Amino acid sequence: MAEAAHHYDETMPLEYRTEESRLNILGFWIFLGAEVALFATLFATYLVLFQRTGHGPTAADLFEIKDVMIETLLLLTSSFTCGLAVFEMRRRRLTGLLVWLLVTLLLGAGFITFEVREFIHYVHEGATMQTSAFLSSFFVLVGTHGAHVSLGIGWMTLIIIQLLQRGFTPRTARKVFIVSLYWHFLDVVWIFIFTLVYLTGMVM
Amino acid sequence: MGTNYHHETFPWKHIVGFILSLVLTFAALWIAFSSGLATKAILVGIVVLAVLQAVLQLFMFMHVTESDSGKIQTINMAYSFFIAIVVVAGSIWTMAFVL
Repeated sequence: MAEAAHHYDETMPLEYRTEESRLNILGFWIFLGAEVALFATLFATYLVLFQRTGHGPTAADLFEIKDVMIETLLLLTSSFTCGLAVFEMRRRRLTGLLVWLLVTLLLGAGFITFEVREFIHYVHEGATMQTSAFLSSFFVLVGTHGAHVSLGIGWMTLIIIQLLQRGFTPRTARKVFIVSLYWHFLDVVWIFIFTLVYLTGMVM
Repeated sequence: MGTNYHHETFPWKHIVGFILSLVLTFAALWIAFSSGLATKAILVGIVVLAVLQAVLQLFMFMHVTESDSGKIQTINMAYSFFIAIVVVAGSIWTMAFVL
């Protein structure tokens, strides 16, 4: 945008300095709105079908609270450290930003590791996607979230590489901010998976 | 530029948000397994806590109200949550007659 320079304001965070960046961030919020709708359809499917267990195990048979809590705490803490990364970025501390992004990545990788182990454990117990409507919708909902986290890990890794190459620019700052929105959003989705899938499944 | 951006030297907002998230998570855990409430009351309780925690993330970590388009962002997210509630509650309600 040609007029972008006129809006330049020293007091603004780097990621909002150009018109293009501001529109990118707004556009990403609208994308997150669409993601909410996507996950809503998967939650609706799961919640309608989760008592249709056929001859397979029920949610209460399968879920173990300890594993679920480990995954929840890993992702919750990673959302916090991702917030600290943006906080450090706004103080113009590249090292702090990189360190917190790296911690976020490791916590995210830990989350995925536990989730994959959980899925493998279920399959060994004979609970696969083909077993029942409950398990089909379970693996699709939780798996879609896990795929998002995996994508986020790859995305964040690429942004760390760009930060190492280019340092702070309005562009890299905007990219960090947008990936942070994505990461926090995945924690929001997990809160509802934790509540509506795991806790509800073990209570009912 | 309209909205204020915070330039604090210590991430208080994030730390408070994180502690509150932990409290809400463990409160949900307690309601589900130790409160001894009826199943319906448990479900209502944990869903309320989940919504609170989602709102907390949006405001404390994602700064949804920040920037020139803060209002549009907030309305966009509120509307998407409205759609989510309609889809989820509507599906459960409709299928309650079928299954």
